[in-house]
Amino acid sequence: MFAFIVSRVLQALPVMLTVALLSFAMFAYVGDPVAIMLGQDYTEAQRTQLIADLGLDQPFFVQFFKFVVNAAQGEFGLSYRLSRPVADLIAERAPATLELALCAAALALAIGVPMGVYTGLYRNSWLSRFFLTFSLIGVSLPTFLIGILLILTFSVWLGWLPSFGRGDTIRWGWWSTGLGTWSGLKALILPSITLGLFQLTLIMRLVRAEMLEVLRTDYIKFARARGLTNRAVHFGHALKNTLVPVITITGLQLGAIIAFAIVTETVFQWPGMGLLFIQSVGAADIPVMSAYLLLIALMFVTINLIVDLLYYAVDPRLRIGGGKGGH
Amino acid sequence: MATQGAVARFFDSDIWYSFTRSPITVASAIVAFICIGGAVLAPWIAPHNPFDLASLQLMDAFKPPAWTDEGDPVYLLGTDDQGRDVLSAIMYGARVSLLVGFCAVLLSVSVGITVGLAAGYIGGTVDAVLMRIADIKLTFPTILVALLIDGVVRAALPREVHDQIALYVVIFAIGISNWPSFARTVRGSTLVERNKEYVQAARVIGLSRSRIMITHVLPNVLGPVLVIATLNLGFAVLAEATLSFLGVGVPPTQPSLGTLIRIGNDFLFSGEWWITIFPGIALIVLVLSVNLLGDWLRDALNPKLR
Amino acid sequence: MSDVKPILEVRNLRVEFPTRRGTLVALNDVSFSIAPGEVLGVVGESGAGKSMTGAAIIGLLEPPGRIAGGQILLEGRRIDNLPYQELRKIRGRQIGAIFQDPLTTLNPLYTVGAQLIETMVTHLPLNPAQARAKAIEWLELVGIPAAAQRIDSYPHEFSGGMRQRVVIALALCAEPKLIVADEPTTALDVSIQAQVIALLKRLAREKGTAMMLVTHDMGVIAETADRVAVMYAGRIVEIGAVRNVVKHAAHPYSSGLMGSIPPVSRRLERMQQIDGAMPRLSAIPKGCPYNPRCPKVFDRCMVERPELMPAEGNLAACWLYADTARPGRDAEGAAHG
Repeated sequence: MFAFIVSRVLQALPVMLTVALLSFAMFAYVGDPVAIMLGQDYTEAQRTQLIADLGLDQPFFVQFFKFVVNAAQGEFGLSYRLSRPVADLIAERAPATLELALCAAALALAIGVPMGVYTGLYRNSWLSRFFLTFSLIGVSLPTFLIGILLILTFSVWLGWLPSFGRGDTIRWGWWSTGLGTWSGLKALILPSITLGLFQLTLIMRLVRAEMLEVLRTDYIKFARARGLTNRAVHFGHALKNTLVPVITITGLQLGAIIAFAIVTETVFQWPGMGLLFIQSVGAADIPVMSAYLLLIALMFVTINLIVDLLYYAVDPRLRIGGGKGGH
Repeated sequence: MATQGAVARFFDSDIWYSFTRSPITVASAIVAFICIGGAVLAPWIAPHNPFDLASLQLMDAFKPPAWTDEGDPVYLLGTDDQGRDVLSAIMYGARVSLLVGFCAVLLSVSVGITVGLAAGYIGGTVDAVLMRIADIKLTFPTILVALLIDGVVRAALPREVHDQIALYVVIFAIGISNWPSFARTVRGSTLVERNKEYVQAARVIGLSRSRIMITHVLPNVLGPVLVIATLNLGFAVLAEATLSFLGVGVPPTQPSLGTLIRIGNDFLFSGEWWITIFPGIALIVLVLSVNLLGDWLRDALNPKLR
Repeated sequence: MSDVKPILEVRNLRVEFPTRRGTLVALNDVSFSIAPGEVLGVVGESGAGKSMTGAAIIGLLEPPGRIAGGQILLEGRRIDNLPYQELRKIRGRQIGAIFQDPLTTLNPLYTVGAQLIETMVTHLPLNPAQARAKAIEWLELVGIPAAAQRIDSYPHEFSGGMRQRVVIALALCAEPKLIVADEPTTALDVSIQAQVIALLKRLAREKGTAMMLVTHDMGVIAETADRVAVMYAGRIVEIGAVRNVVKHAAHPYSSGLMGSIPPVSRRLERMQQIDGAMPRLSAIPKGCPYNPRCPKVFDRCMVERPELMPAEGNLAACWLYADTARPGRDAEGAAHG
């Protein structure tokens, strides 16, 4: 088990280093950070001094090594746009994005999986047809449009829910949460639905497809031939076998949720990392962009590790070598 | 005679049969046809030219749709803040959206097929490396990649140059994000085809590798590629709309559906809902009909699922 | 023997597949019975309807296939029209099933013990501890070495032959009166096949379980079965005691099949082969379905479909025996073993 984790972490390292290299290349070569930092008037001496200060005159690999060491300590320099440490900016914004992403993911799983199981089992019922049509509309609706329509309905016309911001937040140390206050919870509803709806329909369609696939297998036929109850066949045997692909896609989708959080945060003016990122793209604020890229890569690698561990828990075939094996 | 036979065979085929048996598919085909036709023919059939500054009259700004009390029958779906006809803007906007979508899918397909054929047919290290790249690529969502590419281009080039090439940047950014799904499918089919007897036989009689790949393997993988391409067209149009909505997509001088929605979004709270809702509906209808077609095509070409 | 009540009786079974180009008749007028403790072999080429007959009996026809006519009786009680929940209680408990490929019939995510226990607890009044003890017993019975340890192994930790033994244990563990074994050895190595067949035969005898053994391998049938039914294009063309069918096959198709058994006791001139292929279900010829391939075909075969009639001590659907057919003793005997 421990060896398994270590091997996975080792596998993730090259990916992280590649992303770091990309991120560094962006940081070092795109645009002219020196010119941006110096502003309009400067002497050649000032320029040389700054280049030396920033270490830009050193060989590529020395610079890259420094970049990695700094990044590992959460040092990404100053934002061109806001002139504040990038790490502080991200730390301020991270709780908002993470709370939103987790709520959306929970929503997508809690509703998407049961809907997928139902439509897989009763593929010809009218409710299944309704769910499928609904899911196709869900896939075809862009996130930002869902947000706009929700705002139009629930904020502009009905006036029930706020259309922007996080509401009141409570601080727990450096973490600020909107989960503790009524207005914070109300503010979370529309963005969570907006962000989760696409993933919900995707998970539903995936679970359905996998259920259909698994229900055709010999072992399900054999489980029926053994006279097991429908409940045991559907949930004990079929659903469990759909879990491996569902875990994979859900893992990948968590990444997508973080990406689409950019859109949702823009629509709802949600003060998270995505909004920070989009503002940075608009202003070509490279330090924030490269830090965000690294952070996202780190999240992906972590999610992949968790996905692998879940596989390990679900599928005994992957435990060969680790457990009791042999023929 | 031969083509006549082929046509007759098509109308007798299972695909045509399943098409006619599904009213939703027929309806979405018609809707998609109208959308695409309206977009392509916009310069000739649109009631107004939203880009002709001379014909714009600020007096006509913020007109609601024609069927409301203050509506003007000249502007069926109302006008925006600058007095542009919303219907015409939608038709021109869909043109840009579809152009970006088609070109992006074309790029994805070419890169994906090349990589997939190479990986599947050559195998070995080439296969391992290419598929690893595809894996890494797949974990990064399209939007994120597109935003990064746009951000880098923006930082590297002066503003005027950026605006000029923005359209190509968007096509590149979306196209380059979606190739792995094609590559994987093509690779999978290639692996299956490679070991079939006719490919082995073709090798024995001395046909070159690339020739075998193109003439023998390619026709067999076109079905699945067509399905993914159709579904990807929907995704590409959505991705473009999202990028434009975020303000990093196509330049404002060539507004796409996403740009129109973003512009209209500013007037949502002041009650001029039509400026954003109609382009939104147009986008949904376009993407939904394309997705329905893709969905049906996938089921029709995959008899296992029937 | 004809006064013994059969455990399974199939009367005029008809299975249809509705398709867009019309309805295909996959099984037509199939009738046979199995006595308690008897092994009935069902043989034929692939597509003849052997497996379909088995699937119809356990009520697991693949949709859109459906029973369109006839009756299936288990100990005199009709089971073909039972609601799903009623039939479920019969499956496993009264009729066990063994499938072809042991690599795919076991759920990969559960230990073999869990699958055995689950089956027994569903059907028998056992608590989990008792069920576990019985599961170990069953694994020992089917010849799994070190059963007490192996009970917690997953299917992928067993070889193909061992997995099929587990499948046999699963089919028998709720002590059904009838086993439907669909090609139980086809997917196994030749060296393992004989062992598995011997095990199946021994267990069926010990437990007094009747068996319907579906296979395309006449050798397996000759070795295992008491009676044999030969199927062709969705119909039974000949049925009778195995010894008699092997020695005196009446139907030209059966004698062709028998010619394909490797000769052991007798020395044949050469092995025969049947020319041509079985017709597709959508293109079954008029008259006797075997007429395009039959070496002894004559006028009547082209127009009229033969019913089963007494022939050479068996029952055969062949016009060759129309004149000799005397409704009498030997026919009754053949039909009910």
